[in-house]
Amino acid sequence: MKDWRYWLAEQRGTLLAFGIFIVMFVIYTSNHPAGFTANVVQTAANKGVLLAFVAMAQTLVVITAGIDLSVGMIFLLTNCLASWLVVGTPMQTTLGVLAVLAVGLLCGAINGAIVIYGRLQPIVATIATGAVYYGIGLLLRPFPGGSVNEDLADALTGRVFGVVPASLVVLLAIVLVIWVPFSRSVLGRAAYAAGSSETAAYMSGVPIRRGKFAAYTLAGLLAAIGGLFLTFFTYTGEAAYASGNAYTLFSIAAVVLGGVSLFGGKGSAIGAIFGALAFRTIGDLLFVFDFDPLWQPLFQGVILLVAVSLGAFALFRVRNRLEWFL
Amino acid sequence: MSETTLGGIAGRMPRFIRRADPAVLTAFACIVLLLFLGSLYSGSFLSPEYLLQQLKVASFLGVIATGMMLVVLLGQIDLSVPWSMAAGAMMACAAAAYGPAGVVLAIPFGILCGVLIGIVNGIGVAYLRIPSMIITLATNAVAQGLMVVYTGGFSPQDSATGAMRYLATGFAIPGVPNAVIIWALIGAAMVFVLTRTSFGRTVYGIGNRERAAYLSGIDTRRVVMIAFAVSGGLSAFGGVLLAGYASKAAQSMGDAYLLPSIAAVVLGGTSILGGRGSYLGTVAGVILITLLQSILSVMQMPEAGRQIIYGVVIVAMLLLYGRAPASR
Repeated sequence: MKDWRYWLAEQRGTLLAFGIFIVMFVIYTSNHPAGFTANVVQTAANKGVLLAFVAMAQTLVVITAGIDLSVGMIFLLTNCLASWLVVGTPMQTTLGVLAVLAVGLLCGAINGAIVIYGRLQPIVATIATGAVYYGIGLLLRPFPGGSVNEDLADALTGRVFGVVPASLVVLLAIVLVIWVPFSRSVLGRAAYAAGSSETAAYMSGVPIRRGKFAAYTLAGLLAAIGGLFLTFFTYTGEAAYASGNAYTLFSIAAVVLGGVSLFGGKGSAIGAIFGALAFRTIGDLLFVFDFDPLWQPLFQGVILLVAVSLGAFALFRVRNRLEWFL
Repeated sequence: MSETTLGGIAGRMPRFIRRADPAVLTAFACIVLLLFLGSLYSGSFLSPEYLLQQLKVASFLGVIATGMMLVVLLGQIDLSVPWSMAAGAMMACAAAAYGPAGVVLAIPFGILCGVLIGIVNGIGVAYLRIPSMIITLATNAVAQGLMVVYTGGFSPQDSATGAMRYLATGFAIPGVPNAVIIWALIGAAMVFVLTRTSFGRTVYGIGNRERAAYLSGIDTRRVVMIAFAVSGGLSAFGGVLLAGYASKAAQSMGDAYLLPSIAAVVLGGTSILGGRGSYLGTVAGVILITLLQSILSVMQMPEAGRQIIYGVVIVAMLLLYGRAPASR
């Protein structure tokens, strides 16, 4: 096989997610009353970027064959924290942003430490830490409120040169600064190797613990970036349990749509980003076609159900029935 | 569970002590500790009325945790508990609005809805081989969507039937709340199924190694599907009881039961990887969780503090005895 074929096979999930997103977005904009304008794109980008950050966070953990059910809650917690800290003079705002990101890193590191060094199952451990993070968020914001540095918020949610949504530029920057170096580093490879086959990776002397720890920690950071952006969009902080849960759920949906294998070791954050954007666009299709918003949760649930069931097609390729049981 | 075939009736008592799981013992020790701490805080904490009240509250969680335990023993997890509960409760209350026949069929109908959700989970996990965590999250979302469409986004106005209220709050035997009796019956049935039937043995077998169970001629996929259906049905029944207790179904009534039901099962020493655990442990876990919640509410801890303490306690206890082996 030629090189490009390998590349194509490796990126198939990502390309598929990209394709789904493009198709959905074309349907969305062509039926939108305002059409394909900078405003429509900006609004869609701002909504999609939130989920994209949380989905990236989920991807990092899923690659290691784990799962982080607390991403939505870290997202809420950092939103509540940002509504206190990211205010005032540019200096204070900068410090506030750094503090929020540090808290996200810390949350991710706690998850990682409990799962890797405490040897607990990721599902139970992250549900429990999620409860803690939600509790802290509720402590910070018992009622919705707070404020944010509006100059910064408007700059990051507006448009660059009047055309390109600034949030997409930030998303691209984060991918270049966090995802690309991580996935090419030794730790990133260790995370992939641990997800693919932990025993084999261990036997080959790959630093799996450090790799997994880095993945969980960076997941916390990415969720915190999402939380910051939520604050920039809403100008407030709110600890809404349902919203945190929804983001956790949607992040899994986005990861699945983005071609990341839930068994670990396969997929990329880029795919998850397109998965997130596609998921958001599909959810918004209902508004374009004038459905009652009440139907949206059901619609999103059905999409999720169909998306995860698509994975079952792999069963047709199974030659030995014993491969049903991993 | 293989040693249950060994030893006779004579060896029963010593074996019971010998086999006592350190996790179950720790859980019971923690219950005693919580009771002690509670009695220091308030004198009425150890009064029979208060403890009976706690047992009644615990029985709702107990019913749900029973189903969760069955699924966890398989090495799977059921995250569709919240909306299985809400769907069961809402559908039971909705059926009650359709005349006398509806009132009679309210409880079975509610449970049936839960069973249906469970069957979808089971088909996904057993036949489509989708990770249980993912498919149950998805069915949870679909159930939520269906209920939101049905209720229009508000809590439904239909109220619980008399039978539901009687089951949740009545006293068939003086002094013993009905809910506790129901939990005892369901628990006894579960113990029987797990220890005395081939279905129960199969569940442990699949939890240990599904491949081996399949090769020994068991239709493992059918067993997995039935287990999920039972779990869904019990979640819905828990929701029906809770609706009877509150005399109404509510939108987010199930949210507060997902983490506790998993925590109760896991704190009771059932391995989250499946194949190991006893119902006694789950009983201990349920009582432990309920007492913890009750102490926090007696201390008038706000919701935020409760969530934090709750998460910390669960992580701490799991670190104490729920860790995976270090060996590779």
